[in-house]
Amino acid sequence: MRYNVFSLLRNSLSGHKNWQPAWREPEPKTEYDVVIVGGGGHGLATAYYLAKEHGLTNVAVLEKGWLGSGNIGRNTTIIRSNYMLPGNNPFYEWSMKLWENLEQDFNFNAMVSQRGVLNLCHTDAQRDAFARRGNAMRIDGVDAELLDREAVREMYPFFDYDNARFPIKGGLLQRRGGTVRHDAVAWGYARGADSRGVDIIQHCEVKGIRIENGKVLGVDTNKGFIRCKKLGLATAGNSSETAAMAGMKLPIESHVLQAFVSEGLKPYIDGVVTFGAGHFYVSQSDKGGLVFGGDIDSYNSYARRGNLPMVEHVVEAGVAMIPSLARVRVLRSWGGIMDMSMDGSPIIDKTHIQGLYLNAGWCYGGFKATPASGWCFAHTIAKDEPHKLNAA
Amino acid sequence: MLIPCPHCGTRPVEEFTFLGDASVTRPTSNDPASMEQWYDYVYLRANPRGRFAEFAHHSGGCRAWLVVTRNTETHEVYGAVTARDYARAKGAKA
Amino acid sequence: MTSFRLSKGGLIDRAAQLSFSFDGKRFTGHKGDTLASALLANGVTLMGRSFKYHRPRGPITAGAAEPNALVELREGGRKEANTRATMVELYDGLVAASQNRWPSLDFDVGAVNSLASSIFVAGFYYKTFMWPKSFWEKIYEPLIRRAAGLGTASKLPDPDKYEKAYAHCDLLVIGSGPTGLMAALAAGRAGKRVILADEGSALGGSLLNEREEIGGTSGLDWAMGVLAELASLPNVTLMPRTTVIGWFDGNIFGAVERVSDHVAAPDPHEPRQRYWKIIAKRAVLAAGAEERPVAFGGNDTPGVMLASAMRTYANRYAAAAGKSVVVFGNNDHAYRTARDLKAHGVHVEVIIDSRKESGADAAGVPVLRGRMVADVTGGRAVKAVHLTDGTHIACDAVAMSGGFSPIVNLACHKGAKPRWDANLLAFLPPDTGAAFTAAGAAAGKMLLSECLADGAAKGAADGRAISVPTCRDEAHAIAPLWWVKESQGKAFIDYQNDATAKDLPLAAREGYKDIELAKRYTTTGMATDQGKLGNVNAIAIMAEATGRSMDEVGTTTFRPFYTPVAFGAFAGPFTGHHFQPVRKTPLHDWAAEQGAVFVETGLWMRSSWFPRKGEDWLAAASREVLATRSGVGLCDVSTLGKIDVQGRDAGQFLDKLYCNTFSTLAVGKARYGLMLREDGIVSDDGTTSRLAEDHYVMTTTTANAAKVMAQMEFAHQALFPDLDVTYVSVTEQWAQMAVAGPKSRATLQKIVDGLAMSDETVPYMAALEVSILGGIPARLFRLSFSGEHAYELAVPADYGNMAARALMQAGAEFGIVPYGVEALSIMRIEKGHVAGGELNGTTTAGDLGLGKMMSTKKDYIGRMMAQREGLNDPNRQCVVGIRPVDVTDRIRSGAHILRKDDKPSMANDQGYVSSVAWSPMLNMWIGLALVANGRARHGEIVQVWDGLRGTQVLGEICDPMHFDKENKRLHA
Repeated sequence: MRYNVFSLLRNSLSGHKNWQPAWREPEPKTEYDVVIVGGGGHGLATAYYLAKEHGLTNVAVLEKGWLGSGNIGRNTTIIRSNYMLPGNNPFYEWSMKLWENLEQDFNFNAMVSQRGVLNLCHTDAQRDAFARRGNAMRIDGVDAELLDREAVREMYPFFDYDNARFPIKGGLLQRRGGTVRHDAVAWGYARGADSRGVDIIQHCEVKGIRIENGKVLGVDTNKGFIRCKKLGLATAGNSSETAAMAGMKLPIESHVLQAFVSEGLKPYIDGVVTFGAGHFYVSQSDKGGLVFGGDIDSYNSYARRGNLPMVEHVVEAGVAMIPSLARVRVLRSWGGIMDMSMDGSPIIDKTHIQGLYLNAGWCYGGFKATPASGWCFAHTIAKDEPHKLNAA
Repeated sequence: MLIPCPHCGTRPVEEFTFLGDASVTRPTSNDPASMEQWYDYVYLRANPRGRFAEFAHHSGGCRAWLVVTRNTETHEVYGAVTARDYARAKGAKA
Repeated sequence: MTSFRLSKGGLIDRAAQLSFSFDGKRFTGHKGDTLASALLANGVTLMGRSFKYHRPRGPITAGAAEPNALVELREGGRKEANTRATMVELYDGLVAASQNRWPSLDFDVGAVNSLASSIFVAGFYYKTFMWPKSFWEKIYEPLIRRAAGLGTASKLPDPDKYEKAYAHCDLLVIGSGPTGLMAALAAGRAGKRVILADEGSALGGSLLNEREEIGGTSGLDWAMGVLAELASLPNVTLMPRTTVIGWFDGNIFGAVERVSDHVAAPDPHEPRQRYWKIIAKRAVLAAGAEERPVAFGGNDTPGVMLASAMRTYANRYAAAAGKSVVVFGNNDHAYRTARDLKAHGVHVEVIIDSRKESGADAAGVPVLRGRMVADVTGGRAVKAVHLTDGTHIACDAVAMSGGFSPIVNLACHKGAKPRWDANLLAFLPPDTGAAFTAAGAAAGKMLLSECLADGAAKGAADGRAISVPTCRDEAHAIAPLWWVKESQGKAFIDYQNDATAKDLPLAAREGYKDIELAKRYTTTGMATDQGKLGNVNAIAIMAEATGRSMDEVGTTTFRPFYTPVAFGAFAGPFTGHHFQPVRKTPLHDWAAEQGAVFVETGLWMRSSWFPRKGEDWLAAASREVLATRSGVGLCDVSTLGKIDVQGRDAGQFLDKLYCNTFSTLAVGKARYGLMLREDGIVSDDGTTSRLAEDHYVMTTTTANAAKVMAQMEFAHQALFPDLDVTYVSVTEQWAQMAVAGPKSRATLQKIVDGLAMSDETVPYMAALEVSILGGIPARLFRLSFSGEHAYELAVPADYGNMAARALMQAGAEFGIVPYGVEALSIMRIEKGHVAGGELNGTTTAGDLGLGKMMSTKKDYIGRMMAQREGLNDPNRQCVVGIRPVDVTDRIRSGAHILRKDDKPSMANDQGYVSSVAWSPMLNMWIGLALVANGRARHGEIVQVWDGLRGTQVLGEICDPMHFDKENKRLHA
């Protein structure tokens, strides 16, 4: 059933009794062409593009929890493509282009909202680094503006300009950056993949990966053995454990990144802003809550919750940037597990095991990468070779 | 989280900086043939869900590097020894 | 306006009359009131509007779980949005305003949303607003954003202060009702250090709200007696107005004490709130239980409230919720409300009991059994209830009770899930181990006698039990009732977010069956009360809709914070100028005397330039350069990291740390060193001197001083534990100044004791221990960052200002100037020395032109990985000089380098400008750049492309050393 205002009106006449499920609840088949482990953003996007772009529909996505229960449901919803290094830029810009057309593509309103991402700078050296990054964006036609202190003040007059320990000197603004309703991304991809025949199997935990003669055979799960020709791992936050089932050790550590939301407020801050003199970034959701976060804890963790020292660290930076925040209340904190790769680079690639593909190591950048990651991982799996955007 | 520093006693986690997997051993050879060992040492990390031995620096305290044993899923802390004792036990030589 | 203040009773101070305003209207109340109770006593039940439909709302609770009666409290920089009127202690002059309504609370245009509510079901927004594409950001979203949110936050700085504190105890008791009091008493009498914390304005918990009998007296008197005893024990700390907000690793509890929220403004030396980290050997969760609403039509009408809340308003605050009350419930407890109200002289029309049978004492109030309230009518105030059997009963208030949910939140903060008890119809706390135990109602104990005994048992220490007083117990039989499906009107589950009972089966039909998905799709449980009231009802409705048990559906995740916490509390004093500490160098006073402009450099304040009248930064810095290069200049370089390294193996240790060799350095000499990370990338640089066979002094960059120290400690302790070496940071123990320029020697000679300075006695790269000014110990290094004949002089920190002043005097005849980091930076760029712009965490020694420094004769950190192919690609970007072809052009840092005729694109990118300066020596802008294969490209004309700032000039790649290529001045 297509979603639009007419279907909404029609269903309201029947008391909304006739809506069809957004996805089926299939039992796993005994064999698939492709099995994707991980029903999060990257896994679901991969399945969606496998079906849509490569015509591969005998595909299952196995999710050990509920659909979207990983980092796609735990992030701070920011999208941007303000990267600097060759290789990163085209990838994130492709991601941005996919974001910009996503909702019409999968017929689900994910509230892609390009209200701007502003990175504040507080020293000359930071401004120089932003200038370099902004030029790296502009050189490829990606929008970027370098703002001075007064231009920042005009956008956000209630920041601390006069009593700050580290005065704001300016900022790098990407107007096309913004936020997306993160859960809806998972749901939109899931619904789109399901409607093309992909089996999304929730509460199906992979317990082992069977490999014979250097080739993937399938996975053992709590719902039995599932055979597959190709197996894609997209289990950010748990990548080391999943890869260990295939005997691989990864250049990845798992760390918890806390995120927070405030009580709902009338419009307070329009775009996304990152503080340059401490670990704090903030945006306001369409529901009114200030969604914010900061730094990862330095210890390895698989617990999706944090501790008070980091809460204080992040909130101190927040109030340092916006003094009036002191009176706003933090409603809830949660944690997501980051795949922190040792060199900061993500992995979308084949492995030495035939038919086994790996998508991991996104550090903090996983959410904004979701569409392009799914796009490239689908290509890598379908063609058995990296897409030019992830070939580096 | 509270960490039992062998020098300072039980101290809060905010006094410590963590460096991850303590199971890695710095190779001793500078022979080009040892490159793979070096790559593993620099990049590959044990990253288990559960019991884990990790380097932790008591940067806000006695400045000793420790090896803390801790559960990465429950955050239960089992104990800590100094990195020096740990290294000597592993037979590290200058 | 009719008064709803009861003529007698309550814990309010009738002698203390307080005046306050709500939406501009003046009211009076009493000390001891909350804002909600005072408004109720004044006959005001309409206190807020809901999120989506803007439904009129009054208080549902008398406590922390309140979803409806949220107000904007106070004004100006002290305004707080979404403040629960049920928790606000009334003070004289209180100002509050309703929120999420326009133009007024009584007449809210937003209520038209209710008319479209057949469309605005759960998740409707995911299905529409997609066409035309551009409309989302231009039309739909701005409208939604304006409509969303509840209160309006102030954008003015908060004038109040906040504090942070630690506390340690043997036993933390959370909640001061009967359970908590007994637990605290048991441990307190055993001599344990006890903290008793309660979110309420007074200690006593439910005993303040209920009519109980304990130990032959009233529950209240008993509580006051226990509190008096606890207050007399030196080992017990009582913390009212203190909400425990979360349970964390190490049995650490976060808590927020509302020190001054009950007064108009804090006393000058008091904080508004104090944030605590309480480290408890053991803790008892005695938080009690939360009553549940029942989902029926109009269950949100102002005047409908929880039965226990209505009792609390009558018993504690002497405020009646109405003149004619209907009590509706599924359990015996609800009957208490009828009895208490009757005792206070409030008319109770009838008790509606959903059960066919019950033996509870109705105290003569008529009971209708086996029926339910289907709908409440009245809109902005209750007018009548309509029962499932068609009966209409006129009334102006409804007390509802759907049973009780133990307040298990804190026990679940580490991820354990509560379990369903089908007899009690309640989720009970999970097993949390011996260090944190739930007790009393929070553990599912429904009888007062059980609570007293459980508290005593769980608080007891060292096997020392205390006797448990006798008490009167209340019946608590219950039968399941979640949703009256016969309702015509909207039956709310999540009041604030307007999630109704029907939304949940809709979510299930659409595939959002997991309770976590249903939560996100319907927003049930996502409001400021985090589902405290509605979640169990939601779980029951989902269980029925999907044919699963309560345990199979399970709860959503309980997360911190138990109730919302002001940012200010977490930030404490570390805001504004106190966000981070300020480090001042030992020469700060001297620099200030000289008129320095200071700049933030990490935590340091460094003297940046020394303007004379009328000079801007560039004029001042240029003058400083010219004066230094022609005479002598003095610069504070004390922020450089300084590490004293001693021991038999000191040289060997430094050989491990640096890619070049230090064990061969002669005593009395200094050497420039480069450190790599183990992955082969450059981590830091600096000069290190050998003062004795077993004694070196290292310097690091300002930025990396702490990092290098930590790396040294790691290398020594974890990698090379048997090296006989010891080292300590002496950054703050030494003041260090660069004395540079052709007259530097002549200047220094005048203050150095007993040393005839010459190229023989103080040769280039000498490092000597000397004394100055007649006996002040000092270290003299002949080093140059500026390219001039130059020295660095180090003296113990306390002599710093004195030495600098003496040098200024000594150099006066040569026209000595103080120079700052701007001039320092200009001179280093003129000389092509690398600094932060080039040592940026991605460059190798080779990239910096320092590849030859890497020893092949020894092991050192980074040696092997530096040999990787990727780090030795000739096309890597390496450091070059860059200068404009037209000397009047300006180049800027951050500009990119393109071949002369290439179009801008990342594929054509050749590198970027990493540092620039206006060179007063060359009278042009010059810079350093990182350019692909740059060393082979000296002389090439390239585009210096700065699209960001709209400039594009031609530049020439050149040797990084722009000035005095032969280093003649160094040795002059």
